[in-house]
Amino acid sequence: MSDAVLEVKNLDVDYGLGSEAVHAVRDVNLVLHRGEVLGLAGESGSGKSTLAYGLTRLLPPPGVIAGGEVIYHAENGDTADIMRMTDEELREFRWAETAIVFQGAMNSLNPVHKISTQMTDVIRAHDPDSTPRSRLDRAKEMLALVGISADRLEAYPHQLSGGMRQRVMIGMALALDPRLVIMDEPTTALDVVIQRQILGQLIELRERLGFSVLFITHDLSLLVEFSDRIAIMYGGRIVEEAPAADIYRDSLHPYSDGLLHSFPALRGPRRELTGIPGSPPDLRAMPTGCAFHPRCPKAFDPCATTLPVLGIPESHTGQQRTVACWLHPIH
Amino acid sequence: MSYLLKRVAFYVFTAWAAITLNFFIPRVMPGDPVQSLITRSRGQMTGDAVQSLYVLFGLDPNESLLSQYVKYWGQLFRGDLGLSFTFFPSQVGEVIGQALPWTMALVGITTVIGFLIGTTLGTLAGWRRGSWIDALIPVTTFLSSIPYFWLGLIAIALLTGPDSFFPAGNGYDTGLTPAWDWEFIGSAVQHSLLPAITILISSMAGWILSMRNMMVTVASEDYVTVAHAKGLPERRVMVGYAARNALLPNVSGFALSLGFIVGGTLLVEIVFSYPGLGFLLFQGVGTKDYPLLQGIFLIITLSVLLANFVADLAYMLLDPRTRREG
Repeated sequence: MSDAVLEVKNLDVDYGLGSEAVHAVRDVNLVLHRGEVLGLAGESGSGKSTLAYGLTRLLPPPGVIAGGEVIYHAENGDTADIMRMTDEELREFRWAETAIVFQGAMNSLNPVHKISTQMTDVIRAHDPDSTPRSRLDRAKEMLALVGISADRLEAYPHQLSGGMRQRVMIGMALALDPRLVIMDEPTTALDVVIQRQILGQLIELRERLGFSVLFITHDLSLLVEFSDRIAIMYGGRIVEEAPAADIYRDSLHPYSDGLLHSFPALRGPRRELTGIPGSPPDLRAMPTGCAFHPRCPKAFDPCATTLPVLGIPESHTGQQRTVACWLHPIH
Repeated sequence: MSYLLKRVAFYVFTAWAAITLNFFIPRVMPGDPVQSLITRSRGQMTGDAVQSLYVLFGLDPNESLLSQYVKYWGQLFRGDLGLSFTFFPSQVGEVIGQALPWTMALVGITTVIGFLIGTTLGTLAGWRRGSWIDALIPVTTFLSSIPYFWLGLIAIALLTGPDSFFPAGNGYDTGLTPAWDWEFIGSAVQHSLLPAITILISSMAGWILSMRNMMVTVASEDYVTVAHAKGLPERRVMVGYAARNALLPNVSGFALSLGFIVGGTLLVEIVFSYPGLGFLLFQGVGTKDYPLLQGIFLIITLSVLLANFVADLAYMLLDPRTRREG
């Protein structure tokens, strides 16, 4: 679990330019290790999807990367900054190294092309020398991997259910053996039963194929179960990062605690759901100090004035966890 | 397949209704073709001649409406559209047959070219928003709001004259006899240039605008983002994912405009005295040539129906969601 696949360094993402710009992601640092599932949780508008789009440079305008680096460590040990890649380098990098499964299971597939076309064109784009036969075989193999029969290759997206479509997308994401798969709320549009089925399948596939996953969701209880480490985002910043079990048992940031009590746990004893009072901050007018302080039940003097820095808390020295909260001074 | 059959049945029914209307309208309209013919011959006609004219036009007052209707269908199936007044004693079918190729060539070719160029430019403008092509949009919108005929008049006023390359009217040099030789074809092309450019300029703008707007809408669809994320070449994303889907509404618009080719762009043909169907229609109205008008309307109606049918087929081919299963 030591070698990094992706390192995000001080990434800033804005919407708009100049003084009008809205800072959607601020100074985010993340390291994703080989074979690891890193969960990224936060409310709507916390910047988690913007982060995912930002680090693959898929931001629709007016989104811009305002600063920072995203270092990708290739299998042969080379490193490359995604933010500095040329268009052609970026095109080759996409999907072959980092595939994405998007939020909208319903709209991720083009309605006018057959599944086979959409699965093979990506193989062709990255391996122009492959034969149509081999591409089709690969597509069949990928569908089999996600439990869809090969005859569905000739189907159009509207002939598949939402769950099947998302499974097709997962199969497509794995078609080029990427080392990293970004999942942006892949199951939010699906019902709970299908959701668990697909996630179970995904984890199984990850164990077999060994890719890393950046899993983005607002459902923290889901992450607790499926991920190795969890990063919590609030107001465009990461406020806490820790192994999943630690977040669940002993979350340090009051926001993590609030999130955790906003969802029923999938397993374990029943707990009372409390939720978090108030609403996410307006990115155009962020509170001073800690962005969470207006909603924080434990806010005290420094919170309103000074921004807490993300670091290893004194009380947990030597552990693999960081938090940005005045309750837990860092050393 | 059953969907296709249903469509075919629908079009057959519509065609029947249109033809029936075409039969009744002249009969319930005020005015009477025979009367207007009598007026034209200044009343120098015997009673027998008048009666035979009524029979000739299928308007025999001694015959019931039903038997006239049955006869009308019989004539239609034989391709007999009656006699034209204006070009008496030519057959209406013959007169239309002479005008139709001119309109088909001029309006048909310009419609297709206008659609192709307009759609291509619209695709590029929508894809690269803010580029120089996109900056053309206000200009083309302005051009599309100019009526064809006015643009034609301006073109004639500015570009034609005794020494000009561009002739001001007609379909070919009047000194020539229509034939399939280079001289005649060259002359026909030369005469069609100005009307063609006029139609192109004002029709293309509409395609550019609608394609550009659809492109902008489709470009923000999830599947286009996915296509980018898949690392497909830019061209493939633009053509195969964005333009392919943005094209759908334009295709039905195009098929409809194909239907109106036959009607010709009436005003352009009038302005340029172009020997097409639109000009013929204009002449027919002027001389109250009922059989000719009826014939032209019939042709226009049927071609619009045919174009609609083609649009249906094209849509089925291009959009799998409209295909019904089973």
